[in-house]
Amino acid sequence: MSAMLLISVVMGIAGAATPILIAALGELVVEKSGVLNLGVEGMMLIGAVTAFAVSVHTGSPALGCLAAMLAAALSSLIFAVLTLTLTANQVATGLALTIFGTGVSALAGAPYVGITTTRLGSIFPQALAEDPWLRVLFGHSPLVYLGLILTFGVWWFLARTRTGLVLRAVGEGDEAAHSIGYPVLKIRYLAILFGGAMAGLGGSYFSLVLTPMWAERLTAGRGWIAIALVVFASWRPAWVLAGAYLFGAVITLELQSKAAGFNAFAPEFLSSLPYLATIVVLAVISAGRRSAKTRAPACLGRPFRASA
Amino acid sequence: MLLAAPLVAVALTLAAGAILFTLLGYDGAGAVRSIFVTPLFDPYRWQDLLVKAAPLALIATGLSIGFRANVWNIGAEGQYVLGGLAATDVALLTHEMEGAWILPAMVLAGILGGMAWAAVPAALRTRLGVSEILTSLMLNYVAIQLLYYLMRGPWKDPMGFNFPQTVLFSASQTLPMAVPGTLIHWGVPLAAILALAVWFAVGRTVAGFQIRVVGLAPDAARYGGFRERATVWLALLAGGGFAGLAGALEASGPFGQMVPAFPTGYGYTAIIVAFLGRLNALGILVAAMVLALTYVGGESAQTAIGLPAAAVGVFQAMLLFFLLAADVLVRYRVARSAAHGAVTPAAASAPAGGSAAEPAASKRRQPVEAA
Amino acid sequence: MAPTLKEILRPAMPPRLELSGITKRFPGVVANDGVGFSVAAGEIHALLGENGAGKSTLVKIIYGVQQADEGELRWNGAPVSIESPRAARRLGIAMVFQHFSLFEAMTVLENIALGMDDPPPQRELEAAVRAVLDTYDLGLDPHRDVFTLSVGERQRIEIVRALLQNPKLLIMDEPTSVLTPQEVEQLFATLRRIAAEGCSILYISHKLGEIQALCESATILRGGKVVATCDPRSETARSMAEMMIGGSLKDVARRDGAPVGPVRLAVDGLSAPGEPPFGTTLKDVGFSVRGGEIFGIAGVAGNGQNELLLALSGERLEEVTGDIRIDETCVCGLGVSARRRRGLAAVPEERNGHAAVPALSLSENAILSARTRKRLAAGGLLRLGAAKAYASGVIEAFSVRATGAAAKARSLSGGNLQKFVMGREILQDPAVLVVSQPTWGVDAGAAGFIRQAMLDLAARGAAIVVISQDLDELFELADRIAVINDGHLSPARPLAEVTVDEIGLLMGGIHGAAPRPATSERAA
Repeated sequence: MSAMLLISVVMGIAGAATPILIAALGELVVEKSGVLNLGVEGMMLIGAVTAFAVSVHTGSPALGCLAAMLAAALSSLIFAVLTLTLTANQVATGLALTIFGTGVSALAGAPYVGITTTRLGSIFPQALAEDPWLRVLFGHSPLVYLGLILTFGVWWFLARTRTGLVLRAVGEGDEAAHSIGYPVLKIRYLAILFGGAMAGLGGSYFSLVLTPMWAERLTAGRGWIAIALVVFASWRPAWVLAGAYLFGAVITLELQSKAAGFNAFAPEFLSSLPYLATIVVLAVISAGRRSAKTRAPACLGRPFRASA
Repeated sequence: MLLAAPLVAVALTLAAGAILFTLLGYDGAGAVRSIFVTPLFDPYRWQDLLVKAAPLALIATGLSIGFRANVWNIGAEGQYVLGGLAATDVALLTHEMEGAWILPAMVLAGILGGMAWAAVPAALRTRLGVSEILTSLMLNYVAIQLLYYLMRGPWKDPMGFNFPQTVLFSASQTLPMAVPGTLIHWGVPLAAILALAVWFAVGRTVAGFQIRVVGLAPDAARYGGFRERATVWLALLAGGGFAGLAGALEASGPFGQMVPAFPTGYGYTAIIVAFLGRLNALGILVAAMVLALTYVGGESAQTAIGLPAAAVGVFQAMLLFFLLAADVLVRYRVARSAAHGAVTPAAASAPAGGSAAEPAASKRRQPVEAA
Repeated sequence: MAPTLKEILRPAMPPRLELSGITKRFPGVVANDGVGFSVAAGEIHALLGENGAGKSTLVKIIYGVQQADEGELRWNGAPVSIESPRAARRLGIAMVFQHFSLFEAMTVLENIALGMDDPPPQRELEAAVRAVLDTYDLGLDPHRDVFTLSVGERQRIEIVRALLQNPKLLIMDEPTSVLTPQEVEQLFATLRRIAAEGCSILYISHKLGEIQALCESATILRGGKVVATCDPRSETARSMAEMMIGGSLKDVARRDGAPVGPVRLAVDGLSAPGEPPFGTTLKDVGFSVRGGEIFGIAGVAGNGQNELLLALSGERLEEVTGDIRIDETCVCGLGVSARRRRGLAAVPEERNGHAAVPALSLSENAILSARTRKRLAAGGLLRLGAAKAYASGVIEAFSVRATGAAAKARSLSGGNLQKFVMGREILQDPAVLVVSQPTWGVDAGAAGFIRQAMLDLAARGAAIVVISQDLDELFELADRIAVINDGHLSPARPLAEVTVDEIGLLMGGIHGAAPRPATSERAA
């Protein structure tokens, strides 16, 4: 019995961690290029509602995921034009994107409240995916595996590829990169679009895997936690993975405690745990002095105007 | 010039809103008309407008102090809730009492409650260097859970048929009307007076000067003898205090009790108000009216043409987008004409001194290089 | 001297690079006006001019960062258009920037790879880098992070990066502004070797002595136009300076006699750990300055100058230990405003955003640092009228070119803003003035004015500390001089007793006969 509980806890952690992980990996790439996009929460909501609507209409949750990536990337384009081309303040524009995403998703999702759709299915044979023991390996949503692959992919891209090197250089010194001849704005545009697509994919997990249904503000601040996670991880993909699973554990603890009728704490206290944990984690990570290797990209949040 | 960006932004929002809602299958022009125009011709709605504008103006005034200093307090929603809860606490403790001191005590408690909630990000930022953006925002979610807990448990009205809400406040605990026979309570003139006071303080006092310099050039602020920590505390406590005050006034005024539906998103909308008002307290008074219009008009559009409540949020976000774009375009033109009037390439090619050995973040960025 | 083979061959070959009629306009300003000159193969050609003469714009055009509005570029005789730095590199043009285009948190090798268009795989690149380092005797570890390197080492990265492309023309933009005299010598040796192998060098500078030591020909720019082409070896430094400035040089009036006043500033055992990530640690800094005296602090950028200024001005108090006395009263632990009240004025190196707020008016910038001593604020309220009057006074007394006290600081040119900032501090009649890089990036006229103002202030009995990388400036102003290196201040010496060479050795971290192993590499 306790082994079964353990398995369901592990499944719960992976499930709760994955949307934060995917969105945070996208934000990590954005921030590595020197841009702070605080619109993750809004883009996740846009992704969530798009995924749900497309899945309802086409019957294909996979198509829903793709559409979610596309829609969220489109919304990130608004942010990119404002902050890169028009050099608007990144903090204010990111907030605007979150407010926009919250409003648009509520508006577009109004007809879908209260209905359900097909859950994004497993990629493994049913026998493996539903085996009471083996499901701990094979029973996850495809996005859980994708999250792990993405972690490796983002690490490999940043650390081992030429484009990744250039992207990091743009984030470390936009003017230096520009003077050598790298297209700073183009790289940042692409990074922001990638970040948007990942936030959308993370959002689709809420409406296609976790629930699967649509409600206003479905993501409940997880986008903000994803941003915090990037800071916590000191901009290192492997640490994002670790942090996401840590948060997955906190969220699972909350849900399992409620489910088990564990009432030493008020349920409201358990509900606020992920947010309190974020604050604590940020405080702990900031208390230690950062070395130059683990600090924020030097140009993070600064507008760049190309000379010439 | 100062007014150009907000006016352009409002005009573009109306046009884009009409187009967007037409595309979504609603009566776009009708939506714009019933949100932005119809309430203006309804005297009863005017009162509603002022009542909704008051908390927006109060919160935005407080936030503008922080935003000017580059302190990004986005936790006004939580600070507003805490202000309301603190005022409610005083109300519950004094429920059997009477006296003119009770209401001021509630208001004071509200201010302190908002400040206390804002003190958490302030302490974390000044002591540990944690970004106030994330911590202040996280506390919004915590504040709402705290509200739910108190409503469900300790503060629930025992005679309330198990509804999660407090008792109704007594007469001594209720904000009186500034204009008898209307909805306009004393919070409305108070918001205007405080906005004027902040406007004066920002322009004419050393503390206001400090806030401006810290926001424009942090190194220069240190050089001028202004401590960053003090500024962060000032900015966050001001933001928290104003939001808390708004919460106390709303609880003792329009709500008259504490309910789970107390947080209405004023804390987020006030961010838009602050920007639309160009972080200027007088501008904020006008901007608060514009955003109040979206709330009031949104309600009437819901009943009149069946526009979903969420449409208001979309209008508000579009307003902020257009404002940011228009603002930058206007500022850019001003900067260009100023720069080219007086600055020679001498400044553009001025050497960067020892900056090669300094952290890149402190490297100068000369505006002329945009040439 | 007999003509070398290179010189005999020259007329037969088209120049490596030839410019004619290059014009570049910015709104309101003509940066380059019909500029033309040529650089032969293997020639070291100087491009000389003051700040604002148009050198940087011209170089950006040659390197493809900007495009000329009019004019023609010829490369080995054939007209070319250079649309991007990449196109320039394809032709064989390499550039070493004045502000190094380096990425602090990345390794030397990563930085070099970033500077190349088609870098080979890491292993091959490393081998190629090591080969260049060996060939030219450049000491550098490819795997070090850039932020741990000295300025001279950083410059070597740029040079290696340029040399890996086998350039035909190497552009050096003000390469020595941050080097010690010894590092300069080493750089020149490297450049001569590169030129001997047939690579042309375009050397941009305003330092006349260096140009005479290194270059075979020079083009002098003033106000965007070519005013002269000459052989620097047959000119005097003074004659070239006058061509550059377009008038005769005015000597700064020097006071006679040694300073006699009492000690007004005494610093003892001042230490402060470097602030992460790139700060320098101050180690037991001590000196004293008498009234009427100018005390010079020389040093290569990034050796603790900024940290020293912040510790003295009171902008940094945390973790600062040691004793600072103004007129024999200890001010340690006091903040900026309290120190100002006791007579300490400071001017940091950076004008924009440190000594002044670009977006605020000159009146408001007067309030920034003069509000206590000049009573520009009282009872928590600003006295805007008094601030305007004081700012107008500064504008008047220091002949600042501005539209008035309401002009925004950012509308002023570098030299005018510096005059305003210096005037704002000097007119407060401070007991002690601490200045960093007082004439950095300032035109010659304003520089002379500022130096004279400091001499006058000293003559009125103030103690002045000048922190500068410009040895010429220190030798012109200072009564005594000390060198800051790696956060450590050398003992002060009267100016009459030191030579430029000695100061140079100290700047490179060589103290006395036995160099410390840790720092010897920087000077080596």
